[in-house]
Amino acid sequence: MSRRISPVIPGFGLTLGYTLVYLSLIVLIPLGAMFVHAAQLTWEQFWAIISAPRVLAALKLSFGTALCAAIINGIIGTLLAWVLVRYTFPGRKIIEAMIDLPFALPTAVAGIALTALYAPAGLVGQFATDLGFKIAYTPLGITLALTFVTLPFVVRTVQPVLADIPREVEEAAACLGAKPLQVFRYVLLPALLPAWLTGFALAFARGVGEYGSVIFIAGNMPMKTEILPLLIMVKLDQYDYTGATAIGVLMLVVSFVLLLLINLLQRRIETP
Amino acid sequence: MSIRRYALAALASAVFAGSAIAKDYELLNVSYDPTRELYQQYNAEFIKHWQQAHPDDKVKIQQSHGGSGKQARAVIDGLRADVVTLALAGDIDEVAKLGKTLPDTWQTRLPEASTPYTSTIVFLVRKGNPKGIKDWGDLIKKDVSVITPNPKTSGGARWNFLAAWAYGLKAGGSEAKAQEYVKELFKHVPVLDTGARGSTITFVNNGQGDVLLAWENEAFLALKEDGGNDKFEIVVPSLSILAEPPVAVVDKNAEKKGNEAIAKAYLEHLYSPAGQKIAAENFYRPRDEKVAAEYAKQFPKLDLVTIDKDFGGWKTAQPKFFNDGGVFDQIYTAQ
Amino acid sequence: MSASTLGAAASANAARRGSSTSRRILISLGWLIFALFLLLPLVIVVSQGLKMGLGTFFEAIFEADALSALKLTLIAVAISVPLNLVFGVSAAWCVSKYNFRGKSILVTLIDLPFSVSPVIAGLVYVLMFGAQGLFGPWLQDHDIQIVFALPGIVLATIFVTVPFVARELIPLMQEQGTQEEEAARLLGANGWQMFWHVTLPNIKWGLIYGVVLCTARAMGEFGAVSVVSGHIRGVTNTLPLHVEILYNEYNHVAAFSVASLLLILALFILLLKQWSENRINRLRHSAAEE
Repeated sequence: MSRRISPVIPGFGLTLGYTLVYLSLIVLIPLGAMFVHAAQLTWEQFWAIISAPRVLAALKLSFGTALCAAIINGIIGTLLAWVLVRYTFPGRKIIEAMIDLPFALPTAVAGIALTALYAPAGLVGQFATDLGFKIAYTPLGITLALTFVTLPFVVRTVQPVLADIPREVEEAAACLGAKPLQVFRYVLLPALLPAWLTGFALAFARGVGEYGSVIFIAGNMPMKTEILPLLIMVKLDQYDYTGATAIGVLMLVVSFVLLLLINLLQRRIETP
Repeated sequence: MSIRRYALAALASAVFAGSAIAKDYELLNVSYDPTRELYQQYNAEFIKHWQQAHPDDKVKIQQSHGGSGKQARAVIDGLRADVVTLALAGDIDEVAKLGKTLPDTWQTRLPEASTPYTSTIVFLVRKGNPKGIKDWGDLIKKDVSVITPNPKTSGGARWNFLAAWAYGLKAGGSEAKAQEYVKELFKHVPVLDTGARGSTITFVNNGQGDVLLAWENEAFLALKEDGGNDKFEIVVPSLSILAEPPVAVVDKNAEKKGNEAIAKAYLEHLYSPAGQKIAAENFYRPRDEKVAAEYAKQFPKLDLVTIDKDFGGWKTAQPKFFNDGGVFDQIYTAQ
Repeated sequence: MSASTLGAAASANAARRGSSTSRRILISLGWLIFALFLLLPLVIVVSQGLKMGLGTFFEAIFEADALSALKLTLIAVAISVPLNLVFGVSAAWCVSKYNFRGKSILVTLIDLPFSVSPVIAGLVYVLMFGAQGLFGPWLQDHDIQIVFALPGIVLATIFVTVPFVARELIPLMQEQGTQEEEAARLLGANGWQMFWHVTLPNIKWGLIYGVVLCTARAMGEFGAVSVVSGHIRGVTNTLPLHVEILYNEYNHVAAFSVASLLLILALFILLLKQWSENRINRLRHSAAEE
């Protein structure tokens, strides 16, 4: 089954075995339990649950806002990574150290703080109110919350790769007369793309499932600002475990396929 | 633990030969969100009460709070509650049905359908009542925005919804009119939080909405927490619902821990004058008439419908209004 | 140094810095994004915590329930992080040093916990070990409690932090390739010696960084733990759950104080990592100059 890159490095059986056993115990068997539970449904029942209008609306909302947040992060995350790697400036170390904080902040706290900030009477929200639009309790608020919780992903995946690209490559391109945008397009982008895709995919996948930080700011209006994880909670509160696991299975399958596609794409880019 | 308990018991019986054997109790009360303050105070009172009769016992009461449905689910899934004190009888019914840890007839085991205190749904408005809200009819006036939690996830919100329904039924005269009313009402709701506390915070801290539909005890607590800033007022509508948060011993868990006697006493003592007073001090309407008379000023009289008489109990109301495809779903999907 | 090389160096330098305007714009943009998206919410948390002064702040932190929540959080971190560390090294090893069929699927499976909603992460353990779950009856007969007790909290924490160390190490180890290890083997080192003396020093920083992130995330996990905790005050409440409880008790100042404590802990770990990284870099530099 295995083809070693190098014939002399030991430990394949041990590490693969351990990895598989650990993953199975912690992740796969528990997730399998969810599939087993959902398997009590017939296909028709399963389909009826996941094609209900509210589920579809939530599906669109969850995936849409997560996608927007991932795109925003793809842009500002790359920018932050660029600034952190390429320039020395006052406060660089502070930013560098604090980028990861959204991981550490309990998501509920993030939700409460963001709502306080973006609610119509809040610090930032009041400016939006003056301009005639709302941030909290709209999909925009959800997107902002997701952008906050997933910010570290893109920065942290792009940063090391960017640091490894020899500056001479860009300099050579610049000396040969390439404009900055051309340098970015033809030199940096191809090198960054795999890492960027990983960060993007992780941010996206995490955003789809995020619960704690979103429920405070979402408004939770059926058909409008109701996210998928909330629907799972709603089903659970009706003691409808099977319905909840059906939505769980749906989310899991979609996430898995997305991540798999991106991992495959990335390998194709890496091994031309 | 058990060795220590036996050792203590042996010691106690040696020292107080002839007197009752001292025991070490650890009681878990699984409750819903707004009762934290109530049970903190009550637990101290109950321990005092129990130790009067059993001076050598050690009693420790643990509390767990959260959304009523979520808490019921935790007990069904194995949280070892000795007693549950939840927001609605429907939730304890599910514990009996799915968890099989207490009999279906649990509501007959204590007086007043196992509900030692009650509450009702009132309006909390901003100071001076700028929108002039007096009754349910005013909630659907133009420019009025209403804050209430999501009935799908919050027990308190289900009481809100049923109270609104009762008004719609009375004012309109038919179920169709009632549905029209609640549909219109929910068009005025900009945020549906997942729990009652979440809604209170949205209204009080984040400044959303003109009126908050709340448990009476929540509304009083919001006034109290406001610290006399007078930013809010309570408006009592012409008609509301008698919110009945029930209590029950979870037999199987209590048996396993040897807590049957103390768990039963814990709930029974809620009906005593001392227990009723603590309920009233925490803004729950006491059942005991004497105590109720004492606190009459605090609780204005109003017309109250009840879940059992007017809605046929939770077993009928829950599926009709709140389960998937019920009235609440219809008013949103049919928009 | 001749004039021509000086000129070339200068132009290379100019290219390196880019035009100073674009540099300035980018840096200001970076700061703006950082301030708006990251700093502002964090400032809100800390400033709310300090609203009533340091006295109330410390009171909230040293209150008995907060301390027991801190203890529980640290225990959960102390168990879950080392387990995920060993897993991460092992997973990165087999993924980066060998080619085999199904590798993409394995890598995706390692990433999967990132994308599983915390609600589901908690739910799956309830479905397995809850009273109505697959192993529920057996566990009850043997009087073993997993969910609504420490084991459940630890399991949920492990679940959400599984990928962190592996995620950091895989790209690093892939990039480093296998030559150094091969050389070590050819020089007669056995597997463990090779790992300790060649691989580990090479991946040390990635490893530390992964552990730091894993720790930070394990401390802050809310959703999954909330499902399996049971919320018993002073017994099964972790710090993030304690924050929620305080908030729900109208005790906003205390809630944000405890949240600030979490932030400070995380910041401390992150700074520790950066400090040691800088130190090592400096050592390396001075070694290179000599």
